[in-house]
Amino acid sequence: MSQRFSAQAVLGGSALLLVAAFVVGAASGAYAISLPQLWGVLTSLGQGADKSPEHLVFLNIRLPRLVLGVAAGAGLGMAGTLMQGLFRNPLADPGLVGISSGAALAAGVTIILGAWLWPVLPRTLGSWTLVLMAFGGGLSVTLLIYGLSRSEGGTRMALMLLAGIAVNALASAGLGFLSVMATDEQLRSLQFWLLGSLGGARWSAVLLVGAAVLLSCVAARSLAAPLNAIALGEAQAALLGVDVERIKRRAIVVTAVAVGAVTATTGIIGFIGLIAPHWVRMVAGPDHRVVLPASALLGAALVLAADTVARTVMAPAELPLGVLTAFIGAPMFLWMLRHFKGRI
Amino acid sequence: MTAMPRDPMALCCAGVEVRVGAKTLLADASVHLAPGRVTAILGPNGAGKSTLLSVLAGQRAPTRGRVTLDGRPLEDHGMPALALRRALMPQESAVAFDFTAQEIVALGRYPHRRSPGRDEDAIVEEAMGLTDVSALAPRVLNTLSGGEKARAHMARALAQLWHPRPDGATRWLLLDEPTAALDLAHQHSAMRLLRAWAARGVGVVAVLHDLNLARRYADEVVVLGGASGGLMQGATAEVLQPGLIEAVWGTPCQPVTSVDGTVQYLFG
Repeated sequence: MSQRFSAQAVLGGSALLLVAAFVVGAASGAYAISLPQLWGVLTSLGQGADKSPEHLVFLNIRLPRLVLGVAAGAGLGMAGTLMQGLFRNPLADPGLVGISSGAALAAGVTIILGAWLWPVLPRTLGSWTLVLMAFGGGLSVTLLIYGLSRSEGGTRMALMLLAGIAVNALASAGLGFLSVMATDEQLRSLQFWLLGSLGGARWSAVLLVGAAVLLSCVAARSLAAPLNAIALGEAQAALLGVDVERIKRRAIVVTAVAVGAVTATTGIIGFIGLIAPHWVRMVAGPDHRVVLPASALLGAALVLAADTVARTVMAPAELPLGVLTAFIGAPMFLWMLRHFKGRI
Repeated sequence: MTAMPRDPMALCCAGVEVRVGAKTLLADASVHLAPGRVTAILGPNGAGKSTLLSVLAGQRAPTRGRVTLDGRPLEDHGMPALALRRALMPQESAVAFDFTAQEIVALGRYPHRRSPGRDEDAIVEEAMGLTDVSALAPRVLNTLSGGEKARAHMARALAQLWHPRPDGATRWLLLDEPTAALDLAHQHSAMRLLRAWAARGVGVVAVLHDLNLARRYADEVVVLGGASGGLMQGATAEVLQPGLIEAVWGTPCQPVTSVDGTVQYLFG
């Protein structure tokens, strides 16, 4: 029996980590803000008269980036938990099985070819076009992977991961092809998707992603208890009165919305959806009513911490966030593979 | 096709056939099950016992034929309503993630989560006590032995059906080879437990392989896979005769009377 902590302890601990990561992230950067200065800025936020440099830096540069980090991490952590519950498989990460790639490819197509393919669309829908396209890309991949790897007693882990390899290869080929056709300016945007970064945080985009992730998290709440029953197998869950098909549809759509919105804005930030739920399960056990919210909190803390490292460790140069999360996540995944060796 | 009995409290199927592709898993099965009794479904491997059980549970829709509960088609009841009064203990159930035995048993209370009783935790504890898994409660289910897992899943099924329905609806406990992985003592205590639940009005239907367990504990038997391909249903002592056993299982069979007067069989 593994040592488990209560739901309150795990949720409280994750929330504390998030607050700590937020404060450290707010204070550090090219223009360091000391903690008393940060306090001063936070307490005078509503008054609007303060135009000190730390106030301007915090409000216009750091805060949107922090909020984007929270939204991205929460969305990815929550989406990872949903995927793993649905696939009944702790290795189902939105990045590994290609959902993020699918969203990124769709976003890439929109950036490079959008004006040519759908001249009217971008103007009518604005930045929503990118999010909608990324959502569509992520949704298509999720349905494809689920259809391919599904079998009687759950999903076939090996098939799921192999299908993910193929989708990731296809997406990177597609993005490579697009990069040849891109103008210099478009190429810089594309590069940013390939590596993942919070650097593009502008309030308009941040609020859009934040709203999409918040909605996804609210929608995900009602999926937690049915996902526990689905751990018994879809047939047993149906016998317990779970409308399995409806839960599946909702989980897939919620995942695609969260991953699509995040990926459209930040590019591919891998492994957060794998690591956050895995760590939460290690201390809290597998109950989705705890793992879902705690993974969202921990995912947000992880992204903020990783982004703070990414933008300070090589300053003034910035390390791409996706590169950093892969450096941490990939060895972690290999370690997990060793543990699940017998079941693949 | 047999006429559909109009018993208001029965679980019945008539002329049920299940086909997957070109393969017929179950052909022309008609059974009539009454609550308050233990019915054993018997037959050789591949005779369609589990298929019949899953049809009766509403888990699998028959290709042809009808299943009724209380005289109404089973599908008209709806899965959420059925989950309040019918549990199926699976033959083998791989559970994803490291849920503990207690968490798995507690999932039996899932259908009742909208109107939980004050005694939800006590139900889970008592159900675990009945199948002797209380000591395993904090252990991860996937690390338990086959027999221990089976007892945890049986406790889950009991927890699901714990209280009589307020509307008086009959409860149905369906079990797919509940004793297959159990040691001798647990086989008999499990069968006694099923008898006790039947005595409280629950309809108990169990797929069994051990004819002696069926002979000792079942009120009725349903035998699948006979020479004619047909199905036989009737009182245990009448149906389960040496001649039938030799015809269906192809194994010589010699009845003996145990000290308590129950007929048991020696095989081979």
